[in-house]
Amino acid sequence: MLVPAAFLLVFFVLPVGTILLTGLRPEGRLDLAAVPAVLSDPVTLRVAWFTLWQAAASTVLTLLVGLPGAYVLARLSFRGRSALRAAITVPFVLPTVVVGSAFLALLGPRSPLNALLGGVLGEAAPTLDLRRTVTAILLAHVFFNYAVVVRTVGGLWSHLDPRLEEAARTLGASRWATFREVSWPLVRPAVAAAAAIVFLFTFTSFGVVLILGGPGRATLEVEIYRATVQLLDLPLASVLALLQLAAVTAALLVYGRLQKRATAQPLRSAATTARPPRTRGERAFLAVNLLVVAGLLLAPLLVLVERSLATGDGYGLDHYAALFGTQRSTVLAVAPFEAIRNSVLYGLAATSVALVVGGCAAVAASRPGRSGRLLDRALMLPLGTSAATVGFGFLLALARPPLDLRGSRLLIPAAQALIATPFVVRTLLPVLRSIDQRLRDAAATLGAAPRRVWREIDLPIVGRAVLAAAGFSFAIAVGEFGATVFLARGQTPTMPVAIFRLLGRPGVTNFGQAMAMSTILMLVTASAIALLDRLRVGQVGRF
Amino acid sequence: MRTRLRAVAGGLALALLLAACGEAADESAGPDEPEPTEDETGPDDMSPPEDLPDQVTITLVTHDSFDVEEEVLARFSTETGINVDIVPGGDAGSTVNQAILTRDAPLGDVLFGVDNTFLSRALDEEIFVPYESPALAGVDPQFLLDDQHRVTPVDFGDVCLNYDRAWFEENDVEVPDDLQDLTDEAYTGLLTVMNPATSSPGLAFLLASVERFGEDGYLDFWEALADNDVLVTDGWSEAYYDEFSATGDGERPLVVSYASSPPAEVYFADPPPDEPPTGVIEASCFRQVEFAGILQGTEHEAEARLLVDFLLSEAFQETLPLTMFVFPVVEDTPLPEVFEQHAVVPDEPLQLDPEEIGAGREEWIDAWTRTVLR
Repeated sequence: MLVPAAFLLVFFVLPVGTILLTGLRPEGRLDLAAVPAVLSDPVTLRVAWFTLWQAAASTVLTLLVGLPGAYVLARLSFRGRSALRAAITVPFVLPTVVVGSAFLALLGPRSPLNALLGGVLGEAAPTLDLRRTVTAILLAHVFFNYAVVVRTVGGLWSHLDPRLEEAARTLGASRWATFREVSWPLVRPAVAAAAAIVFLFTFTSFGVVLILGGPGRATLEVEIYRATVQLLDLPLASVLALLQLAAVTAALLVYGRLQKRATAQPLRSAATTARPPRTRGERAFLAVNLLVVAGLLLAPLLVLVERSLATGDGYGLDHYAALFGTQRSTVLAVAPFEAIRNSVLYGLAATSVALVVGGCAAVAASRPGRSGRLLDRALMLPLGTSAATVGFGFLLALARPPLDLRGSRLLIPAAQALIATPFVVRTLLPVLRSIDQRLRDAAATLGAAPRRVWREIDLPIVGRAVLAAAGFSFAIAVGEFGATVFLARGQTPTMPVAIFRLLGRPGVTNFGQAMAMSTILMLVTASAIALLDRLRVGQVGRF
Repeated sequence: MRTRLRAVAGGLALALLLAACGEAADESAGPDEPEPTEDETGPDDMSPPEDLPDQVTITLVTHDSFDVEEEVLARFSTETGINVDIVPGGDAGSTVNQAILTRDAPLGDVLFGVDNTFLSRALDEEIFVPYESPALAGVDPQFLLDDQHRVTPVDFGDVCLNYDRAWFEENDVEVPDDLQDLTDEAYTGLLTVMNPATSSPGLAFLLASVERFGEDGYLDFWEALADNDVLVTDGWSEAYYDEFSATGDGERPLVVSYASSPPAEVYFADPPPDEPPTGVIEASCFRQVEFAGILQGTEHEAEARLLVDFLLSEAFQETLPLTMFVFPVVEDTPLPEVFEQHAVVPDEPLQLDPEEIGAGREEWIDAWTRTVLR
């Protein structure tokens, strides 16, 4: 309880509070004149409304597409399952500007879809151009957040005892009735958790909206960024940030209502719950899901790989060679190995912090009592807070003794962990809550100390979920850009920062190298996650 | 063997969680646990080993595009005993704003990258200590925009419209030679610009229009451009790589970029072509000058002065074109061949007084947003 509370206090409440107060006290005195002015501005209202409805629509759409995927990846075994599970997490680490570029290519008039339409219908074919539409934003949000649903819900789903469903079926319940009456109530808390995370992510969407929605569309996050970074209008930024925080808090309260305590249930090892598809219907279900993943998730990634290989006159490894070849040695011409190493080191540090903070918070929240639940909600607030607010807050609040962390490398893993921690909690908590308290009581009655109960009962059961959470945290940390770019030192860029710099320069080889670096970023992340997914922990295979 | 490896790796991951949470789990039982310190991420063990005690390290706060040859920087360190830590703070505007917000506890000793579009804000907020570098003697006086020497000019460059040479030849369309031409029917749907609220070349191009058409006329120009189907992106890289026809998948042959983009296209091509695929429209160019300044509150003012001198030294100035694709401000600095051949330095670029920009910037951006985007 103390570890996560202290972490939240130092790296979230303090910086964000400092920057908000700076904005609300422009002359050293509290001046709330800006509040009604900003809140009654029609522009603010329009932006707030757009932010809300696109987030709600994105969340519903992501759940619709993601839940079947979660079921398939949790319960059906098929060839390539673990590779697929790693691949769907890759979108998380790619810089938005890179993905945005791939989506623009896929949604524009010269997309493969239009080529297909033209091929089939000839001259009469309509040309689809979805660039700068809300549809583009929604598709990209599904692309980025599909893994949230699959991993958060799948983490619990893969542990559900299939015998419950089989019993219902034996007793004559239809497939749909079985799902509705048996499976759904059991996975509902995890679904609510995934929905909350997707909502918070899309509510604070920044790059996706900027690039794919076009400049006419703005979310509150975009307006906060403009007010903070471009206009230096801190009173405006503070009011908007408070509005965003209020909306996020309201969403979290609703989520708390929706999420009834999970019923304790017999959990099974994930290895025993998955089986090959048996009926024709199941095979078709699997096929449809794989098609969705291929079209929506893999297509943009393939565009990037294709671009990294495209040379002026064909395909080759030229851009990779250029990336690793001897460049003019300037401070920012990053040696790829160095960027990869920085990314991995920061990622590991952030993952450790997130596991410790999130793990402790999940344990606290799984116990009876209000304070644990409050802490659990509070840890989700950073997801709903603007990166510019957090980034500038870090610079303001953590730059004075006793917390003078100016230029410290600690700030980067701390900022990354701030975003990754909620995932650890959300992945662990449903599993922890499902553990039958009677098991713990029995162990305690038999004389086990609390520490021993935790080690012998809880840990083996949550072990796999811990690894899943670790993989996800790592992906988030490696891909984090918004805060890292504020805090990173020039000589030690991470991979996303290096990609961003390469993309900031004209010239064919710079663009090619940015794509090559993006492909490497994908591979590094996918391998790390695949490795973690394959690990087996001590007792987990056997209980 | 493999399974054992897995078990070990997995065990390590769990041991970490167990170790930390053992405390947290026990904490609910007894309130007398020691409070954890906030420094739970461990010691800062990644600091560079070459930090020698007799060397001073000073921090250069700068924008993301700052670059310097390692060898040149190393020579500076050897000659002066000063190590330079580089801390990028986002784009130019964001870097300046951070410096203003953190002036009580500055993030560094020298700031590089404030340009004439943000200069007046930095000067009004008094974040710099005046310093008149002896190296200023070699600088073309047109770049000395602050007579109190709170900032020192380091480089300049021009934001200009770039055009796709091949497209204009194939389609037999004349390359526009004045901003007013762009509102002509012949150029409908050809131009991509960036949002001045989120992009620094975008802002420069807006300022170019203010200078060319005046405060009374620039909005009419933009209204005509909007009617002529101008495309707005939020950042330079989307415009240049996704919409511009010469350098990506795009379909538009006119884009806001830099006067140095054509030489960059040659320099970063493999093999380099004889002619760049893109050209520059000189009448559209807006001059940007970048400055460095010593930050108030520095504890290393003497060293900071040496760093400013270094930024004006020949060693640094002559690498500017190929590291940052800008031009040196020190007169007679030799240019690399690719710049000699392909770079354009307009004789009469559009320019605005920094104070005028400071007074009008936010209002112009706001009016532009209402005219073009809404």
